[in-house]
Amino acid sequence: MSGFNPSDDALRDVKLAHVPFPLPRVALWAFTLAVALGFAYIVAINPNFGWPVVAQYFFDPTVMQGLSVTLGLTVVAMIIGVALGLILAIARMSQDRLASSLAGLFIWFFRGTPLLVQLIFWYNMSTLFPRISIGIASWNTNDLITPLTAAIVGLALNEAAYMAEIIRGGLLSVDKGQAETAQAFGMTKARALRRIIIPQAMKSIVPPTGNQLISMIKATSLVSVIAMADLLYSVQSIYNRTFEIIPLLLVAVLWYLLITSILNIGQSAIERHYSRGDRGLTTDKKKENPMPSGAVDERA
Amino acid sequence: MSAPETVLVRARGVHKAFGPLEVLKGIDLDVAAGEVVVILGPSGSGKSTFLRCINHLETIDQGFVEVDGEQIGFRLKNGRLNKLTNREIAAQRSRIGMVFQQFNLYPHMTALENVIEAPIGVHKQSRDEATRYARELLTRVGLSEKFDAYPRQLSGGQQQRVAIARALAIRPRLMLFDEPTSALDPELVGEVLATMRDLAKEGLTMIVVTHEIGFAKEAADRVVFMDGGVVVEQGPPGEVLANPKHARTRSFLSRFI
Repeated sequence: MSGFNPSDDALRDVKLAHVPFPLPRVALWAFTLAVALGFAYIVAINPNFGWPVVAQYFFDPTVMQGLSVTLGLTVVAMIIGVALGLILAIARMSQDRLASSLAGLFIWFFRGTPLLVQLIFWYNMSTLFPRISIGIASWNTNDLITPLTAAIVGLALNEAAYMAEIIRGGLLSVDKGQAETAQAFGMTKARALRRIIIPQAMKSIVPPTGNQLISMIKATSLVSVIAMADLLYSVQSIYNRTFEIIPLLLVAVLWYLLITSILNIGQSAIERHYSRGDRGLTTDKKKENPMPSGAVDERA
Repeated sequence: MSAPETVLVRARGVHKAFGPLEVLKGIDLDVAAGEVVVILGPSGSGKSTFLRCINHLETIDQGFVEVDGEQIGFRLKNGRLNKLTNREIAAQRSRIGMVFQQFNLYPHMTALENVIEAPIGVHKQSRDEATRYARELLTRVGLSEKFDAYPRQLSGGQQQRVAIARALAIRPRLMLFDEPTSALDPELVGEVLATMRDLAKEGLTMIVVTHEIGFAKEAADRVVFMDGGVVVEQGPPGEVLANPKHARTRSFLSRFI
């Protein structure tokens, strides 16, 4: 390799390097931005979207009512679904044949049938079992299964089946040595799960759970078939009257997007929390590997 | 070290098979309180399995293991031998410290949190008391500046020293070391062995499965050589390492010279 001129050495210090202006990247950015703005403008000025109507109904009491039903159902069904899913996952992985078979059966059934059908069955439970009795206590099924309870039970049990598999996958992803170590230190199984296994499994449980939560928000719209007035049902009830179909669907779409966006932010915060042990991986290693702390060096 | 007096660990006729593979074919071993026993042997000789039988991480098929006068995993009552519940077994393990080949630190906890986990959760110590002792132990293994580091931020040798501190934090009557240096880069082995030598000097009862002949020579009160699931020979390191009686011991040791 010839052509190096030693007198250039001072100029070759990479510290002095400039980055050439990235013209193609900037042009691409500008172009993409222009297209996006143009599209937004076309949508904004198009009268068929009925933006004034959207604004008018955005905080309409009926819509607010529907929104609260959607959020309430989502939160309650999700909490029950996750709790039950955790129990199912543990039962499914247990050495106990009875527990693992029962959990497997539950998951098989509730994952294997459409949610819509499950909801309709819960709602019509009274035609199958007019009275429900436990021991000497007995209730009229129609008093127990209202549209609300049918919706909660239907959504929660379906969710539990999916969450059970997500949680089981997460628990399996944790290194076996961790459970063994907890065991060797005399921890009970429950404590090992709570303190050692689940916190590490969360890293792989949280992202698909976020997915489930978002699908759940939209799955709640199915409850309109059993006469529950959720967000989608509430805008439908308005446009059935006013025939402003597109603007009112936009109201629902914007609310769904807004909730989903907030959930995304929450999810990334939770993910950061559970991956705290991964941080500082590269920087610290470089610093410490070649020279372990001095005191020990002398002894070694 | 001092002459062996009270027997802390008693193993009699321990058999263990994994399916058709017989790994332990009748192990008898006594370990006195304060004794440091190093188990040597080729891979597959059953030495790690035997170690794991002592705290019931593996269930044995035949024979028995006693630690501090209590049979591990079972209780003899009115002439009947009953299996213990998981909870009772957990209690038996709670005073047996263990150090693993792969360290097995809890990656989501800092070094300090790793050390105080069992003292708080299993031994019901107060957080203050556990933290104070954990700081002392981490300082003793040379990690006074790493209390808040997560395992991934530590080198292998540092991680293993945290693991040793974690095992010491439960104030163990017995320490089990399962190939503690086998997963380490050669230049990091020394710091872990130095820590272990210090513990041996302090009179802790230790059973160490290792390939480090040098450690056996310096720190062991007794060397046990295992091969093919049986104890081939045992005795003071000066005898077994310098003048092995058995051909199998000789051929094993010759690989290290």
